[in-house]
Amino acid sequence: MVQMSYAGAALAALKEAMQADPRVWCVGEDLGRGGVFGQYKGLREEFGPDRVSDAPISEASIMGAAFGAAMVGTRPVVEMRFADFALCATDELINQIAKARFMFGGQSRAPMVIRKPIGMWRSSAAQHSQSLENWYVHTPGLVVAVPATPQDNYAMMHAAIAADDPVVYMEHKNIWANEGEVDTDAPFDWGRAATRREGDDVTIVSWSDTANVATRAARTLAGEGIHAHVMDLRTLWPWDKDGVLASVRRSGRLIVAHESVAVGGFGAEVVASVVENTTLKAPPKRLGAPRALIPYAPNLEDQLRVTVDMIATAAREMCT
Amino acid sequence: MTATNYDIARGTALVTMMERIRAFEQVAELAATRDQLVLGAIHLSIGQEACAAGVMHALRRDDLILSTHRGHGHTLAKGADPTAMMRELLGRKGGSCGGKGGSMHIADFGVGMLGANGVVSANITIGAGAAHGIKLLGDDRIVVDIFGDGAINRGPFLEGLNWAQVFDLPVLFVCEDNEWSATTRTSDMTGGAGAAARAQSMGLYTVEVDGNDAEAVADIAQDLVSRIRDTRTPAFLHARTYRQGGHTYFDPATYRPQGEAETRTASDDPIARQREALLAAGLGVADLDRIRDAARAEMDAALQTAADTPFPSDDTVFADVQDIGSPEEVAY
Ligand SMILES: Cc1ncc(C[n+]2csc(CCOP(=O)(O)OP(=O)(O)O)c2C)c(N)n1
Repeated sequence: MVQMSYAGAALAALKEAMQADPRVWCVGEDLGRGGVFGQYKGLREEFGPDRVSDAPISEASIMGAAFGAAMVGTRPVVEMRFADFALCATDELINQIAKARFMFGGQSRAPMVIRKPIGMWRSSAAQHSQSLENWYVHTPGLVVAVPATPQDNYAMMHAAIAADDPVVYMEHKNIWANEGEVDTDAPFDWGRAATRREGDDVTIVSWSDTANVATRAARTLAGEGIHAHVMDLRTLWPWDKDGVLASVRRSGRLIVAHESVAVGGFGAEVVASVVENTTLKAPPKRLGAPRALIPYAPNLEDQLRVTVDMIATAAREMCT
Repeated sequence: MTATNYDIARGTALVTMMERIRAFEQVAELAATRDQLVLGAIHLSIGQEACAAGVMHALRRDDLILSTHRGHGHTLAKGADPTAMMRELLGRKGGSCGGKGGSMHIADFGVGMLGANGVVSANITIGAGAAHGIKLLGDDRIVVDIFGDGAINRGPFLEGLNWAQVFDLPVLFVCEDNEWSATTRTSDMTGGAGAAARAQSMGLYTVEVDGNDAEAVADIAQDLVSRIRDTRTPAFLHARTYRQGGHTYFDPATYRPQGEAETRTASDDPIARQREALLAAGLGVADLDRIRDAARAEMDAALQTAADTPFPSDDTVFADVQDIGSPEEVAY
């Protein structure tokens, strides 16, 4: 076990992967100085400017060029800086990267990790705060990873770099500094949720930083005798449908909680899949952002957050 | 072309390739209109064959190319198998992409053809990236990235050219300028002096060529390819040509001034010009007709074989999407 921050865990994994495989390289704006959140600190010094490549402010080209380089046999880690800016490279990701292997009849692969930090962080307002993970779940060809802990950011970064598929890798900006114990030998299975808390009274399904919020809510609830099973999905495609169903079959109750907009969100997919396959003791509950825009003033921002209180209240109402 | 050092072998190779491209597309058009066998839209490059034949002649088999929706000629000239291509147009098993891509997505990685593209301009950044990958891997291949005149008005043109320039990448960008973007005259929608001026402004070594002169294209491409292979820096070729037909095979192109296409075709057809050059160099009409007939027979046979090939099996719709979370295991 090693103590690492959430950002440091991904950095450690990336560094190890680059040491092990000369085909792995990273590219993005400002990487030469360690990246805007320090996620690349020290890599330029160790691996040089070709493998830790600065890029012009050309998101379409960062994504498109990395894809071209992936098709000829390199394994790029693409930094988009903020998930919001990755929208400037939407054609490259959705129309090109996600489809090339299929469209060309299996002739090509796009082994890429596409890092797109998400989430509300320090009054960043509408263009620097979005959680758009469900957009990518809706795109066949992509894997979608949303780690919530240092352990997962270590193991999942390794797994993402090793994957031959394009992986949209969405770290939450608010938890870069979160510390935790990391078991560097622990395996990681795609599409297998992590249990953050055991319990049989209600199943709470979440991911990214909201999974941490849900875990805190479950702690509060345990003091009141309500035992929640908190499942952190960790990857949204593939996602642990079987694990969620097994849990809900025990608890009979389901809450999904996520930071992104609830309307049309992935929580709705989880709820729909559960009610298609089993019966519940109470109507399921979706907790997500209202379909509103992320503001700047903190009190306004708070109006959109899914909080410990909201999750605990939903569980209480459901269990009594 | 009466110069004594005229390279008859190359001239013949160029006319042969152009005849094969034209025959492929004429047969494909018949397969679409007469036989109703082509399933989706096809974009023909009739009248633009010199660019494909001349540029590809300068490449090695292991060099890479990327093309557009109008890419049959480039693909054939890079060495792809016309039967596999025809099967792809008909959506059949054994097509270049297993019937999953169709005309606009033909790729043949075996001959270094990394894909046509259904999105205008998108191949520009991807081609720069293929060259970036080659640079990282440290080998001596080069990339040729071809697009139309309309593509220069999308962002990837700026981003991709700049990328190639700042990273010193071994890529030749070719703007195959047929004057038209679908139903719009490109000059009406383009500010400034156009493709070459834009490339030059970003520092790329830039050359313009009469894109209907196969010999000139081949000469210049040879120079540019050698230059790129030696210096490992990008270059830009603006080749002026003309789209003799409609945007798609079913477009009558009535938006063009009356007589424009007819006049241009009669005066400036690249195959007719290359035949003239070879006649002047001493080949006979019968020799040239034999080349034409052989090309047509080859493509007729390709269509026959394709038409006799079954559609792909239904379950291939789930194959080659992704390994992790594959629809072969989880489609819902
Ligand atoms: C991004 C995008 N916008 C629009 C289209 C529709 N479209 C297909 S081909 C074409 C014209 C392209 O003109 P040009 O680049 O000159 O190539 P050409 O068709 O002349 O070969 C258009 C507008 C597209 N495929 N992609």
